Amino acid sequence: MNNATVILDGVRKSYGGRQVVHDLSYHLSPGEVVALVGHNGAGKTTQIKMMLGLVRPDAGLLQVLGADPAQGRHARQALGYLPESVQFHPSFTARETLAFYARLKGLPAQGHEALFDRVGLADAADRPVRGYSKGMRQRLGLAQAILGQPRLLLLDEPTSGLDPALRRELYGIVADLAREGATVLLSSHALTELEGQAGRVLVMNRGRLIADGTMEELRRLAGLPSVLRFRADGTPQGAARIGDHWQVKLSEAEKPAALRAALEAGARDITLEDPSLDDIYAHFLRREAA
Amino acid sequence: MTTGTTTLAMPAATRSAMPTSPVLTIARRELAEGLRNRWVVSTTLLMAALASAIAALGSAPTGSTSTGALDVVVVGLASLTIFLVPLIALLISHNAITREAEGGTLLLLLSHPLARWQVIAGKFLGQLGIMGFATIIGFTFAAGFVVWQHGTEGWQAFGAMTGASILLGAVFLSLGLLASASVQESSTAAGISIGLWLLFVAIYDMALLAALVAQGGHAIPGWLMDLALVLNPTDAYRLLTLGEGSSAMLSGMGGVFDNSALTPGLLVGALALWCALPLGLAMAVFSRRNL
Repeated sequence: MNNATVILDGVRKSYGGRQVVHDLSYHLSPGEVVALVGHNGAGKTTQIKMMLGLVRPDAGLLQVLGADPAQGRHARQALGYLPESVQFHPSFTARETLAFYARLKGLPAQGHEALFDRVGLADAADRPVRGYSKGMRQRLGLAQAILGQPRLLLLDEPTSGLDPALRRELYGIVADLAREGATVLLSSHALTELEGQAGRVLVMNRGRLIADGTMEELRRLAGLPSVLRFRADGTPQGAARIGDHWQVKLSEAEKPAALRAALEAGARDITLEDPSLDDIYAHFLRREAA
Repeated sequence: MTTGTTTLAMPAATRSAMPTSPVLTIARRELAEGLRNRWVVSTTLLMAALASAIAALGSAPTGSTSTGALDVVVVGLASLTIFLVPLIALLISHNAITREAEGGTLLLLLSHPLARWQVIAGKFLGQLGIMGFATIIGFTFAAGFVVWQHGTEGWQAFGAMTGASILLGAVFLSLGLLASASVQESSTAAGISIGLWLLFVAIYDMALLAALVAQGGHAIPGWLMDLALVLNPTDAYRLLTLGEGSSAMLSGMGGVFDNSALTPGLLVGALALWCALPLGLAMAVFSRRNL
């Protein structure tokens, strides 16, 4: 049995002759937090729109929660969506807004106090959305998206423009939901902040999936070296002098030995820098262009 | 009640027993929005003020004629309604969809478990509520004034005219929704709406008149004239409210009505069709759109 929440198989979409999504195939499973990574125009939002049934693929199979999203609107009952820089009608309060969306999902309009607490809006729930900051709107958007415990959560650039504290809270909520068995797909172009948040990364470039795996797998695939920097009085073996630091480029396998050697050479102020997601992404893009 | 062994989508307790249809949820929202942004208040006040003015002026000179004061008011109000109600209806409805798209709330709305036709239906119902409320309150206010001064004679015609006015409003709401569902921007929809208003309220009748004059007094076939009248919802409304009874005599529409095969039933049918067709088209167009 395949219990994947989202299945794409050979999905294609073009707008006015311009191919935005090329032959895309992947599965998303319950409990996964998946980052959809790519530049603007890489086809991230188009994929999310297809999963919502707002855009029909030109070819290929697309199944969301066991149904064709363009047909089965009932499947959307168990789907939460947070659009990029979410907007709400300004003259309604957060409570009224949430009640409206709850009714549309077939949930009771009242009794979502816990949700306001969870996203930190309990004090502002009865104020009109008009006076909300971007962060508060995003909080309300998140509350709306997680109404009724969705099995699939689609977050389009959820953290763009959020302060770091709020970002961390958002990832905390995402992790909780995934632990409860939800599939979370979040698109982003702020790659570095996804480090440690997403269990799996889909790297997109111009509508193509160019890499798919855990952060570690991508790191290995990219084969980019980690960088060890330290200060030392002696001249450690294999290290290059950069300013007042010694620097060694290391593969994963070389790390233990190199660290030991550095310590023996009396190293201080040690930093070990693994290639960031940005580096890995840049690497895959370069490889694609080559 | 089914035991939730296979449906693990959601804890049963969080689902309400009878979820409201998305159509009603959206209709309610549209009404609430109308109340918030003062559409309901301003529309109602405008209708009440103009209707009262006509009532006060129109009922004054009737004196001792055999015509009921309310009949006189019907003629005046119907003439006003032909201009005003389509305008208000188009103003309310022309940006129903484009406003959501421009405000960035359309995608979120459509990501919920509802069909796109339900969005159109809900918007239409809510806006019809606003129009109906404004018309009934406004006209009743005027009627109250006349009844207080002159008695209730002619109330049936007045009631029928109120109903017909709401129907006329519904026609233009659905035309406005069609414009809103078909284009990308509110400004385009507004342009189309102004065009529709000018066409049906002014240009069409002028063209019809010009055609009749060009005929040089030769009678054109009755069926052709009937067709020409139902092809414009405001003409159908005019004939419906002013074609019969005392108001026919007062408005001069009786002559047209007497020579016509169009019964009030047919006219109501024509207006209902004018309402249903654009609405159905709006639903079809909106359902097909890539967003």
